[in-house]
Amino acid sequence: MLEIKNVRAGYDRSPVLHDTTVTVPNNGVAAVLGHNGAGKSTLLRVAMGLLKPQRGSVLLDGEDITRLAPHQRVARGMAYVPQGQQSFPHLTTAENLQLVADGRSGGKAAIAEVLDLFPVLRELSARRAGLLSGGQRQQLAIARALITSPRLLLLDEPTEGIQPSVVAEIEETVLTLTRRGGLSVLLVEQHVGFAMRAAQRYYILEAGRVTSYGEGGADAEGAVREALSV
Amino acid sequence: MTVILNQSFTGISIGAVLLLIALGLTLTFGQMGVINMAHGEFIMAGAYTTYVLQQSISGAGVSLLVALPLAFLVAGSLGALLEWLLIRRLYTRPLDTLLVTWGVSLMLQQLARDIFGAPNVQTRAPDLLTGNISVGGITLANSRLFILGLALLCVLGLTLVLRLTPLGRRIRAVVQNRDLAEVSGIASEQVDRTTFFIGSGLAGVAGVALTLVGPIGPTTGTNYIVDAFLVVVVGGIGQLKGSVITAFVLGVLQAVLEYSTTISVAKVVVLVAIVAFLQWRPQGLYTLRTRSLA
Repeated sequence: MLEIKNVRAGYDRSPVLHDTTVTVPNNGVAAVLGHNGAGKSTLLRVAMGLLKPQRGSVLLDGEDITRLAPHQRVARGMAYVPQGQQSFPHLTTAENLQLVADGRSGGKAAIAEVLDLFPVLRELSARRAGLLSGGQRQQLAIARALITSPRLLLLDEPTEGIQPSVVAEIEETVLTLTRRGGLSVLLVEQHVGFAMRAAQRYYILEAGRVTSYGEGGADAEGAVREALSV
Repeated sequence: MTVILNQSFTGISIGAVLLLIALGLTLTFGQMGVINMAHGEFIMAGAYTTYVLQQSISGAGVSLLVALPLAFLVAGSLGALLEWLLIRRLYTRPLDTLLVTWGVSLMLQQLARDIFGAPNVQTRAPDLLTGNISVGGITLANSRLFILGLALLCVLGLTLVLRLTPLGRRIRAVVQNRDLAEVSGIASEQVDRTTFFIGSGLAGVAGVALTLVGPIGPTTGTNYIVDAFLVVVVGGIGQLKGSVITAFVLGVLQAVLEYSTTISVAKVVVLVAIVAFLQWRPQGLYTLRTRSLA
């Protein structure tokens, strides 16, 4: 599905990623784990085109998309939920969703579908996104990404900084989406348990390098925890 | 009493002209953060569009009605071209943008001199707009009333576009969070160009209005541009209602002061008042916390 090959990327002259290779399987979930500052978010920004790599390439279904702008990647079926529950704070919840549905055939149906997935957003539709709680904003962010009916979803720490009552709900939704089929996910996550339950493949990133990788699943959890604690 | 009311009306009509000119800037400067010194020349382009039309269409009323949309297109296209050629390469370099667009402004002025000659030219106002209406002792010039109506119509139109249309949603989204807009599938560069087109087009409409106020020439736009930037800054960057209120307050203040003192003294007092106001409220009348100027 997605191949990030030998990527070197960073800001100014200090590279954050050195020669990193990560692959997301078709209809599968790849999890990227690692400590703060290991380059996990940078990896997703490169995959989405917000940061151009200094070396290496990004392939989507074999097509080289390294030079494409983010919106062109969205048109090819990618979607991205960035870190930190981002939204358009001065647009209402409904406008946040409508914005993405505009000019898209079946936009109305797509909005109805994501509202069924996150019913709480229906009650908040007239409220400005900046006034929502962190959990609500994260649900809005995931909903916004899903409106484009993506084939590949990039999730950057979807449960980070969110009240515990909503964390379980978001985890459940992510698992449901991945099991429904037709969707591949590149998941960056701190919670090892959740990540390993969701993923078929895991990568551990340390100081901008992949130090180990392997098959996902709950059985591998112990090994991953050990690798991360070193 | 009548005198005060008459002066106030003059002030409101000055405010209406200011508002029309500042309206385009609320988009390009307010929303996008681009200091475009050539904005005044887009006003000039709109004014000359009216003049040229009058050479070919004999009816002053018809030519004025045709001039409004045409000036919007002409000035808007110039703006979009400028954005595509130069400004988009300089979004992260505001000072360079200022210098470059100033250069463009001088070039456009010279171009106008080469085509139309250095002296100012006069357009004919339609008969309907040359008269006055008297209401309770106050004399209202028809042309001024027309400009007031035009300004309010443009504010209404722009508000509706920003609030209700897909384009308006995209413009607001790009201003609030450019990266998030891009990864949500919005072609932000295209939105930039469209925003610039509309903002510059509104300057063209302001140019049409100026032909009703007096003769127009190569420096027509430059005379107004500083005042227009002041309106946007005092109103609060990126806030339409701030610009509307500020334009009328400054207009009335100017007119009333002019009556009790002289034009120069009035200008000085207004400028001092603005400086004092910005010391007290540097963010302007209204603010929207966004990354628009980040």
